[in-house]
Amino acid sequence: MNIHEYQGKNLLREHNVAVLSGVHCTTVEQALAAYDALGSKVVAVKSQIHAGGRGKGTLYHPETRAHVMDGGVKIAFSRDEVESYATNILGNILVTIQTGDEGKVVNNLYIEAGCDIAHEYYLALLVDRDNKSVLIMASTEGGMDIEEVAEHTPERIHKVVVDSNVGLLGFQKRDLGMALGLRSVALKAFSKMLANMYNMFVSQDCAMVEINPLVRTGNDEIVALDSKISFDENAEFRHKNWDELRDLSEEEDVEIRAKETGLSYVKLDGNIGCLVNGAGLAMATMDVIKLYGGEPANFLDVGGGADEEQVKTAFSIILEDPNVKGILVNIFGGIMRCDIIARGVIAATEALSLEVPLVVRLAGTNVEEGKKILDTSTLNIHAASDLAEGAQKIVALIGGEE
Amino acid sequence: MAIWIEEDAKVLVQGITGKQGMFHADKMVEYGTNIVGGCTPGKGGQSVELQGKEFPVWNGMSDAIKATDADATVIYVPPPFAAEAIMEAADAFDSIKGEGVVVCITEGIPTLDMVKAVAYVNNRPGIRLIGPNCPGIITPGESGGAKIGIMPGHIHAKGRIGIVSKSGTLTYEAVAQTMSIDEGQSTCIGIGGDPVNGTGFIECLAAFQADPQTKAIIMIGEIGGNAEQEAAAWAAQNVTKPIVGFVAGATAPPGKRMGHAGAIISGGKGTAEEKFEAFRAAGIACAMDPSELGQVLLESLKSAGLR
Repeated sequence: MNIHEYQGKNLLREHNVAVLSGVHCTTVEQALAAYDALGSKVVAVKSQIHAGGRGKGTLYHPETRAHVMDGGVKIAFSRDEVESYATNILGNILVTIQTGDEGKVVNNLYIEAGCDIAHEYYLALLVDRDNKSVLIMASTEGGMDIEEVAEHTPERIHKVVVDSNVGLLGFQKRDLGMALGLRSVALKAFSKMLANMYNMFVSQDCAMVEINPLVRTGNDEIVALDSKISFDENAEFRHKNWDELRDLSEEEDVEIRAKETGLSYVKLDGNIGCLVNGAGLAMATMDVIKLYGGEPANFLDVGGGADEEQVKTAFSIILEDPNVKGILVNIFGGIMRCDIIARGVIAATEALSLEVPLVVRLAGTNVEEGKKILDTSTLNIHAASDLAEGAQKIVALIGGEE
Repeated sequence: MAIWIEEDAKVLVQGITGKQGMFHADKMVEYGTNIVGGCTPGKGGQSVELQGKEFPVWNGMSDAIKATDADATVIYVPPPFAAEAIMEAADAFDSIKGEGVVVCITEGIPTLDMVKAVAYVNNRPGIRLIGPNCPGIITPGESGGAKIGIMPGHIHAKGRIGIVSKSGTLTYEAVAQTMSIDEGQSTCIGIGGDPVNGTGFIECLAAFQADPQTKAIIMIGEIGGNAEQEAAAWAAQNVTKPIVGFVAGATAPPGKRMGHAGAIISGGKGTAEEKFEAFRAAGIACAMDPSELGQVLLESLKSAGLR
């Protein structure tokens, strides 16, 4: 789960990591009031969306798609500039390297005071799968795309792996700070900041914290100028405040509804809907559809113990996508019994008066009973005995290229 | 032989009085697994009925292991308490027997809890953790066998193919594929789809290589991370038995979590294409479609002179 920069900065502030003064706004009037209140001659006017590359992004009109302004993050030197930037940003669509061509509507703005920057650094905390530990990564090349730094000048990226048995140690903070070229006052400030940030990472169940740039000011203070924070969704049960931080407009409405009913759904661009049990098998089903010349319309995992009702919800979610021309159901029954799935499929097709072709492949527990139920139904359901046959059948039925 | 779990291994169930725990404990007993009892804090002294037989319940793992000399435990504890259950089991096995297998089925454990639990387990070298978020491990026997987890037992048969996979239902698919060419399995392990887990591919490959019963291996990966690439590179140097591979997620879009917490392509890394390439470079025979695993395995067995 991602949060906005302004929410991340509130969190950092609460955990005693230095950030600049700033105000979250949703209207131009609020932006102007924020400028007056901050009392800083120079302010940053920053679009708030859950995607990177905002500074280099482009703003477009939401209906006409006419070009409005280059750059989703602007430095304003006057009240008038704040007004014109805020007007150009709010309500318009920001397209960045991470949003895709569709872009995202900007509903939130952050007006932040300026500061005197001596040097920009990069800092990230994340859970590293290789070491099965929290990894801290820092670089002297702040403000740059870290993937590029890693490719061209990997020696400029410094890493520290935290041993979760003992936590972040003093020498690790010192080593990392020294590697960034920090000394005396700045080094002390960095060590303190890093300890606080690590504590926040752990106590808030973060999945990633990325600060790019982290800056050293002319006074040798260490300040987080940007913040990109995401949480580990598995830990939601112990963070009641996440509900308030969640921006539902940033998430696909149908993906949220799927999640509420215990389904895992991701919309894709193709025209063959899939309903599968198990994440690995669901991915494999998409792959095999593609292998036989079709295009999957979605990823959908109904989980280990789906019932008739969930199967019905799954079908209705798949059918909401107007691109869907056919559906492939692929169930390997383990905990889940094939006869229950078969009944669910029939109930769903009847209830939703399904018109697109449907191919069902069942295997595993109670498969014979399941097949019998499908065979005796009068509905237009095509059976398949394995995944390849199922994929070939559905591709042929929707008249896709062979 | 088989690996880590013998056919007659003595198995405890943590969370045995819960809905999930009791349902699957019953299925395990039905399959023939040597279940010796279970644990639920606060319900020690009670018993549960599985397949018409009574099984004892203890409050803690230490008492349960002392009373039963169990070899393994399987965890069906809800996510908020699962990491603690792993550590309790690891500590009890370590201090009482110096060894033990801990299988965690639970899905949805916070990642930082697992970071802690894995570090705790790794400090106790005799303890093997399998999972979490996995179907478990099964060693089919002549009749029955040791099924420790949630997989459908009846699709398996004792044989000479070792299977290791990140995904549950894809493992079942692989099992069905071995059966389609009249081959059974030595041991099947689901290592789980979480970013931070216990036993990995390389440990499974090493154990299969050392196991005389296993003659060939099926390895099934998915997008995210680089465990498959590392395992392939390791196998090229250390595994002489034929390996057949598949990777799920070739059509997954970058940046989207595909069900499993670990199945996400981030920063252009961890793609299926990258993993298939690593497999091929290591001499692993790849199936592009899981329904072809049987045929690819058959070819590999033939060229190794095993059929």
